[in-house]
Amino acid sequence: MNTQNPNAPAAAVTYLIRNASILGRDTADLLIRGGLITAVGPALDAPEDAKVIDAAGLIALPGMVDLHTHLREPGREDAETVETGTRAAALGGFTAVHAMANSNPVADTAGVVEQVHSLGRRSGWVDVRPVGAVTVGLEGEQLAELGAMADSRARVRVFSDDGKCVSDPVLMRRALEYVKAFDGVIAQHAQEPRLTEGAQMNEGDVSAVLGLAGWPAVAEESIIARDVLLAQHTGSRLHVCHVSTAGSVEIIRWAKERGVRVTAEVTPHHLLLTDELVRSYDPVYKVNPPLRTAADVEALRRGLADGTIDIVGTDHAPHPSEHKECEWAQAAMGMTGLETALSVVQHTMIDTGMMDWEGFARVTSVTPAVIGAVETQGRPLAAGEPANVILVNPSARRTVDPNKMASKGRNSPFAGLELPGLVQATFFAGHPTVLDAALNTPHPVSTEESAWIA
Amino acid sequence: MDLSNPPGAPAPARTVLASADIDRALTRIAHEILETNKGAADLVLMGIPRRGYPLARRLADKIAAADPSVDPAAIVGQLDVTMFRDDLARQPTRTPHATEVPLSGIDDKVVVLVDDVLYSGRTIRAALDALVDLGRPRVVRLAVLVDRGHRELPIRADHVGKNLPTAIVEKVRVHLRETDLPAVDEVVIEGTL
Amino acid sequence: MRHLLSTRDLSRADALAILDTAEQMAAVSQREVKKLPALRGRTVVNLFFEDSTRTRISFEAAAKRLSADVINFSAKGSSVSKGESLKDTAQTLEAIGADAVVIRHGSSGAPARLAGSGWINAAVLNAGDGTHEHPTQALLDAFTMRRHWAKLHGTASTGTDLTGMHVVIVGDVLHSRVARSDLWLLRTLGATVTLVAPPTLLPFGVESWPCEVSYDLDAALETGPDAVMMLRVQGERMQSAFFPSVREYSRRWGFDDVRLDRLDTLGLKDTILLHPGPMNRGLEISSRAADSPRATILEQVSNGVSVRMAALYLLLSGENTPAGTATLENSQ
Repeated sequence: MNTQNPNAPAAAVTYLIRNASILGRDTADLLIRGGLITAVGPALDAPEDAKVIDAAGLIALPGMVDLHTHLREPGREDAETVETGTRAAALGGFTAVHAMANSNPVADTAGVVEQVHSLGRRSGWVDVRPVGAVTVGLEGEQLAELGAMADSRARVRVFSDDGKCVSDPVLMRRALEYVKAFDGVIAQHAQEPRLTEGAQMNEGDVSAVLGLAGWPAVAEESIIARDVLLAQHTGSRLHVCHVSTAGSVEIIRWAKERGVRVTAEVTPHHLLLTDELVRSYDPVYKVNPPLRTAADVEALRRGLADGTIDIVGTDHAPHPSEHKECEWAQAAMGMTGLETALSVVQHTMIDTGMMDWEGFARVTSVTPAVIGAVETQGRPLAAGEPANVILVNPSARRTVDPNKMASKGRNSPFAGLELPGLVQATFFAGHPTVLDAALNTPHPVSTEESAWIA
Repeated sequence: MDLSNPPGAPAPARTVLASADIDRALTRIAHEILETNKGAADLVLMGIPRRGYPLARRLADKIAAADPSVDPAAIVGQLDVTMFRDDLARQPTRTPHATEVPLSGIDDKVVVLVDDVLYSGRTIRAALDALVDLGRPRVVRLAVLVDRGHRELPIRADHVGKNLPTAIVEKVRVHLRETDLPAVDEVVIEGTL
Repeated sequence: MRHLLSTRDLSRADALAILDTAEQMAAVSQREVKKLPALRGRTVVNLFFEDSTRTRISFEAAAKRLSADVINFSAKGSSVSKGESLKDTAQTLEAIGADAVVIRHGSSGAPARLAGSGWINAAVLNAGDGTHEHPTQALLDAFTMRRHWAKLHGTASTGTDLTGMHVVIVGDVLHSRVARSDLWLLRTLGATVTLVAPPTLLPFGVESWPCEVSYDLDAALETGPDAVMMLRVQGERMQSAFFPSVREYSRRWGFDDVRLDRLDTLGLKDTILLHPGPMNRGLEISSRAADSPRATILEQVSNGVSVRMAALYLLLSGENTPAGTATLENSQ
């Protein structure tokens, strides 16, 4: 075994992955060199300098791409930094994350998105793709300089006021139209603001008993209905963030049947958890959109399995402990998710027989990379492709312990749950950021200019 | 301290007072009370729940039998001492019983506290405190069916049905037809080695 | 029972234990010496994040009659209003040595949070949290109804429940912690309940609640209720379009003089009228109705002290012996 030298150029180390099950099917070897997959096939010859990794029993998948991550930097470095957030991402099997715009200052100018982009490059754990705000300061009043962000070194393609809804229909229409100039996409946080004033949790049987102000499903569905019609009218690309209700799935299915260019996302927590958990009044279960009912969870799983919902996005939202160790109403909304996403999706979709590992690759890597226009990610595991690869042990089981996570956030709703699946290794642009299920080293050229993470 | 019996061994129980013994003892106590008090004037019998109260009623009936001018219902009351105990935080929660004072009240009366077993004396200590909050009797006396010893406070009974020397590991159980099932009168000792 | 957070998770046995104990407490309140030594040396903290003089005074009287030391902690003017968290406040109370914390809070679930967080070991009594629950109010309502019900049937209150009783609860159910606590407790005690409210002031999903729901107060009165509970309505709700005007609300859902007379016409001579207070006279209840012999409003206030004494006693008197220490059977 070669000794790891974090300063060695990526091209210097060759990795031979032996006997991995490619997308959960045929077993093959993968040769990784110079940031690329150079060969795929059975019983490859091991080059003399190759570091051999035994992947028997492991599944090789394309590195996961998160279209929905809150890295909190700049502004709330006490909650998360680009460094800690991307470490968490690498451990979770991600090779790219989209950093949401609700930082402080808001990522609504070329300057801020370039800063986040360069912080990501410097950290070297994953490809950090900044998301630009749709409106100045997320205020929903004036379009941000979307073109400047698109043209910046960060090459922003995804725009979102996530956390807030672009509720003004005229503004939403203009945004959808405008981003066509650079093939951008508007990622909408669908939440009718007047219907959700003071909302604390899903409006339903549980909220009625708990006396917490309800966040009705219709507040999400009415915005999605409006937006798919706007997208149809303008011919633009619309992405719906964190779909949470059965009704939303129905509306998106209807829109897709009519040829609307809409894509949709579901979070791991909405695939598993329900509002019954709120009965504890523990704010670790407070999230926006809120946890819904078991019927919604079932509809979301079916929607993801049949392709109505295109991708899984984590909505990783770390918070400092004081924002969760308080009364429910005072608590911040959000949950961490980067380090549990794979396990939750395996548990809810694969172990239930609703999806196979190829489907997993589609919803966690291939399609998010297409939506985010990240050319080097979500590619086939084939010779000549960028080496963004993860090795997953599907038979491993672990009990989730937020205190052992790389994220600064301890607000995991899965704490204490035993979940399947473990990311054994993550190769980011040919370099193992994770080995033996533990952080290895960041990409060695992370401080230099590199085509792979440009 | 483990008060339970060894596993599998049935609790050895021994009857020390049968129904007739209890009745005789109560008759004697009733006469003693009348004798000490020189008649039934100003007498109030306050039974301590649960079993002190039926005993007080039986005593009142026997007093009325001896002195027909006495209305037994008018001289009996019930004194709940739960709230006055010194071991509230060391015992499972107890729901208090009612406290009922005869219409005549207890001010300047001769109050006889009635209980089934006198042991540590702590119940009687609590009863004295409870009584003070209800009024100011002229005299307070104590009548018990059984005195089993092992006092922890300087308290003694004026009228005792039976003095029963016991070991501290033993339990004295009083069963009365008014409060217990099967509805029989008896006093048994359990846990004798 | 370790805490009293809601009536929904209160068993019938526990509810009856509180009501029966409250009967004994009520008897003490009739005596010249209205004091019991049961909680001597114990500390009860009234932690009020919302102003509620009535509830605070009731708990204070209850704790003092049981000889507990009472500390009143009002969030106004304290470090809480300067941004101190519930966690820090709780830990401060723990350090002070609070045995029970009576908490009134504007946020639903704050008492549950306090009880379940591990920040404090004290028993927690919910004195009203947001729009969630107000269990001691429900217990005093049930206590008042039980006395009425037992008297009607010529039986003693102690040990009995409300089987066969029909209660109508009228008003802003959506925002009412009293309505929720009342409903769960009344059901546990065997009563049937009808909620009457404008559709805008009923919670989403109320159809799944164990009660009848009606929008028509007059129709509900015709069913012959044994008790009518009027809820306080806040005039401000008008601004949020819950109802068009105070006058319209009052006409349709207020207990006015016409409806008071209606009870006589309907032959409901034993129907009582409850209100948790404070009342908006002329809005949800007319002055004549509030002052009529049917109204049990002042009785509710004095019963409140008895019920709170019972709750404090039952929560604080239990066994707290360190594990492994035997308790001698010296109760004989």
